[in-house]
Amino acid sequence: MSETGIGAAVRRKEDQRFLTGNGNYTDDINVFGQTYAAFVRSPHAHAKINGINTSAAAAADGVVAVLTGEELAADGVGPLICGWNIAGKNGVEAHNSPVHHALAMGKVNYVGDHVALVVAETQGQADSAAEMVEVDYEELPAVVGTGSALNHTTTIHEEAPANMCYDWEIGDSAATDAAFASAAHVTTVEVVNNRLIPNAMEPRACLAQYNQGTGDWTLHVTSQNPHVHRLVMSAFNGVAPEHKLRVIAPDVGGGFGSKIFIYAEEVVCTWATRKVGRPIKWTAKRSESFLSDAHGRDHVSKAELALDADGKFLALRVNTKANLGAYLSTFASAVPTYMYATLLAGTYTTPAIYCDVQGVFTNTAPVDAYRGAGRPEATYLLERTVETAAREMNIDPAEIRRRNFIQPDAFPYQTPVVHQYDIGDYGASLEKACEMADVGGFAARRSDSESRGKRRGLGYSSYIEACGIAPSAAVGALGGGVGLWESADIRFNATGSVTVMTGTHNHGQGHETAFAQVVSDKLGVPIENIEVVEGDTDKGPFGMGTYGSRSIAVGGSAIVKAADKIIEKGKKIAAHCLEAAEDDIEYDGGNFTVAGTDKVMNIAEIAFTAYVPHNYPEGVEPGLHEQAFYDPLNFSFPAGVHICEVEVDPTTGETEIVNYTAVDDFGTIINPMIVEGQVHGGIGQGVGQAMLEGANYDDNGQLVTGSYMDYTMPRADNLPNFNVGTTSTPSPLNPLGVKGAGEAGAIASPPAVINAITDACGGAMIDMPATQEKVWLACQAAE
Amino acid sequence: MPTVSMTVNGKAVSADVEARTLLVHYIRDHIGLTGTHVGCDTSQCGACVVHVNGKSVKSCSTLAVQAEGADVATIEGLANGEELHPMQAAFKENHGLQCGFCTPGMVMSAVDLANNMKNLDEATIREQLDGNICRCTGYHNIVKSIKDGAERMGG
Amino acid sequence: MYGFDYHRPGSVADATSALGGADDGKYLAGGQTLLATMKQRLAAPSDLVDLGGIADLKGISVSGGTVTIGATTTHAEVAASADVQGAIPSLAALAGDIGDRQVRNAGTIGGSLANNDPAADYPAAILALGATVTTNKREIAADDFIKGLFETALEEDEIITSVSFPAPTSGAYMKFKQPASRFALVGVYVAKTADGVRVAVTGATSHAHRGPRLEAALNENFSASAVDGVEIPVDHMNVDIHAGAEYRANLVKVMAKRAVEACG
Repeated sequence: MSETGIGAAVRRKEDQRFLTGNGNYTDDINVFGQTYAAFVRSPHAHAKINGINTSAAAAADGVVAVLTGEELAADGVGPLICGWNIAGKNGVEAHNSPVHHALAMGKVNYVGDHVALVVAETQGQADSAAEMVEVDYEELPAVVGTGSALNHTTTIHEEAPANMCYDWEIGDSAATDAAFASAAHVTTVEVVNNRLIPNAMEPRACLAQYNQGTGDWTLHVTSQNPHVHRLVMSAFNGVAPEHKLRVIAPDVGGGFGSKIFIYAEEVVCTWATRKVGRPIKWTAKRSESFLSDAHGRDHVSKAELALDADGKFLALRVNTKANLGAYLSTFASAVPTYMYATLLAGTYTTPAIYCDVQGVFTNTAPVDAYRGAGRPEATYLLERTVETAAREMNIDPAEIRRRNFIQPDAFPYQTPVVHQYDIGDYGASLEKACEMADVGGFAARRSDSESRGKRRGLGYSSYIEACGIAPSAAVGALGGGVGLWESADIRFNATGSVTVMTGTHNHGQGHETAFAQVVSDKLGVPIENIEVVEGDTDKGPFGMGTYGSRSIAVGGSAIVKAADKIIEKGKKIAAHCLEAAEDDIEYDGGNFTVAGTDKVMNIAEIAFTAYVPHNYPEGVEPGLHEQAFYDPLNFSFPAGVHICEVEVDPTTGETEIVNYTAVDDFGTIINPMIVEGQVHGGIGQGVGQAMLEGANYDDNGQLVTGSYMDYTMPRADNLPNFNVGTTSTPSPLNPLGVKGAGEAGAIASPPAVINAITDACGGAMIDMPATQEKVWLACQAAE
Repeated sequence: MPTVSMTVNGKAVSADVEARTLLVHYIRDHIGLTGTHVGCDTSQCGACVVHVNGKSVKSCSTLAVQAEGADVATIEGLANGEELHPMQAAFKENHGLQCGFCTPGMVMSAVDLANNMKNLDEATIREQLDGNICRCTGYHNIVKSIKDGAERMGG
Repeated sequence: MYGFDYHRPGSVADATSALGGADDGKYLAGGQTLLATMKQRLAAPSDLVDLGGIADLKGISVSGGTVTIGATTTHAEVAASADVQGAIPSLAALAGDIGDRQVRNAGTIGGSLANNDPAADYPAAILALGATVTTNKREIAADDFIKGLFETALEEDEIITSVSFPAPTSGAYMKFKQPASRFALVGVYVAKTADGVRVAVTGATSHAHRGPRLEAALNENFSASAVDGVEIPVDHMNVDIHAGAEYRANLVKVMAKRAVEACG
């Protein structure tokens, strides 16, 4: 292993600018003549709009324009779209997808819904004028509860009777029922997967500009996928032709899914910048982020697990109500279906599974993918159920998992719910985690806690996730509206340095370093001579962006394919220059050698020759610049075991995570430092979900947790140091053997934490977030 | 509009601003130093932390006029040219940052902490960091970075 | 934030006249609450009169067993003061755990008391320690100062100039933090004073208050076990998403016991 190649803990290339205050985030960018946007937002969860009077606002100091949905529609700007059609039960062809106007047309459907745009010379003027827009609302009853939306007397959208978006199913209902009929034991669990607000630290923002001379738009936007932004905004919203719209996602301060989606603000600002003839900047205030960023999770489920007398799983039956919010966000419909129920086999051999999901509309912010997206919900449900079954049947929770694991020799393994797992060794991760967590010493530690008046618990989570959603044809067959390949472009410069462009996007994952390591490893170029460029539709090739832990598995593979093309061309050039047959050229670490000789050309010499082709092979194009598009054969399947140990003070419910162990199988690891960081961050968010965070709407649909005063973000003193290890079964399905690591921590940790807390508190269910009060109540009940 | 003058990173600066201008907007929009960030509107996230007269404060909860005549230090003033300050170097070495957005405030808080408390242990660092929120790292490597940075600073 | 006129007087007299000349003026101390409220457009004063330039309002002195703290002394200064640490260590500890480091570097004792947030720490301190609040007009006993939710005895243009704390024999403040805001979900300050045990509770109800039941029990038997027998009424407890009444009442007890134990 070289010091900068695959497997090395290379310090990040991007850090210098972030550490010195030279990051370039959207709100840091200012242009001449810039104006500022403020959105008039609905204060009501559900209301008819009888009229909007903009005259006072339009006359206010500094106001450039006040624009409403009527004007947006008059200019032919299309509604916001959902890119995934979910076919329902019984041959119902597609889901009910209500029209989602970027600015309200006669009705608002959640607090924070967009009603009008005010553009002014300063932000203060825009904010003040926004308060002067008079909206005549006629309030309607609000539909809020996930579990009760289908039975509510109010219907939010005419297009969706009984507030149902879809009623979807997967698996074999008859086989599942049959297995239940013969079961020795049935465990039934009702679980709520709490609604979360993503809270990337950089609020969403955009800066839209139109050049009247060229007819080009430039949109800087906080996006995880600038090409997808451009595609949707041109093809569906029609704000600008694709070739005239440049979308730039510069440094982006975290996404976690929330910056995948095409939101009203960027569509409206891109339309309005041409209309007002001035650049327009919009930056969300944190309170707007709370109201209008797509939220995550929000499931209410019932799970039943059938087991034989030995604790072998026979069948799993699940019903889930999934809250989709007021409208379908960009990929909302896929999250509680194909990203969720397809993972219900987990790491186990459960032969029969049936799950049905009702996606429901409520008068709350749209819900879409948030770190893990469906997989945390599946893992939580499954691992809570398994833990409960173990407790009910008096089987050790590690042992019940061992008895049901898919064995290493069983791969490729076809689950009853679509996925075919490529490779894994779940037992290896469990045994390593048990050792690292010193499970053997737990009984003594528990006694010690009890002697101090405390309670102690241990919780397991064996998770699997599906990363790098693919292949495109399968995605299309399931209703997805996009291809899910990735692109890479490797451009040697004549001096031997390299520019790498991919369609993924770096917003904290360290692409500028990890991708450079891959290229350095493959092409033998020093890492300091490699620049990775992402995030600008005018620079790199079309690409699908970063989400679903796909960047290294799909984007990294595209880079390898492009590198292979470079090597192939290099061999032709080397063969010519070294006067050998192409078949006799051997390539290793940047050097092209004539086999069995000391005749060699370095790749930098090849590059120079390619750009100064004086002595050059006939029929070969000049230049050393290759592009590849990679469409994976399948998802990749990282898996692992996390073990959480907590100590609880029963007098207050104070819960301390005293040990947290994570063992993950990510296959090949490019940069262990970065991967560990991803695991830490994922666990942090998962612990947040388990113990601290929860979006809370009151019965009127007002968001009660609308700021950091009430929405509990994990802080340094809420979390422990994490004990992180790995096992490795490299994926046979991609050239690097990688699997993806971005979401694992957030998927694995919530059940590990809750299993530990319930273990400490006597075993009864505690819903997330397990706040101190809930834990105190559970301890009271247990005593 | 009041003219507000102060020293930022050792340089005298001055700008005419409305009285309601927050220090963070004075620094970002009038002085052009955009390393100091705004991450919330309730004074909790700490992305905006700067030093005013040697003490760390949230520049989103301070009016520019309140800092008239003050000596202000921002993230841009920490490094010596291209040579990172020991705390910055520790963050890089220990992977104490991911998306980088909270980082300027985090580093400025860390420097203040190391300047004011000696022999920092992990528990103290975690407790004293409650004014800074990071969504990426789970804090593990931030805590490690601050401990290392404080040692590099001689603490 | 709405616009306003800014004043930075050099004396208390100039401050009151600046406020007198304003339509709807407000004093600005550390600004850690007021500016946040104004940013949310929940307050729109016509004028802000910044007390930060008045030298007389700063500083800490100890004399005859009483610690006097100037109104614009920051929480960080109180926490770090050797005088406070020596005379009333529990008060220094309380100041050292208000908000976060940055809030402590800006927020002031006078500002905190004038605002009288129901979950703030200093109101509990003045009640438990039997402090005297001195203003530009008069001296106000702590028990007379706290009037209700965000309500104090202060008149419109009255400025707190200092707060005097008689040192107790021993004391301790225990705070159970609301997890998001980190304000007190419940805070209990127990002090053994020359006049007996004083107990103050913050965060639990609409405003900080004395705990007469706890005081009676502790005057009889100053031990954690004495707290067990005290019934904490739940009727007036705050109820919000972070805690119900029963839980808050329980926390009052647990924090009181921890404080008694810490008093030694």
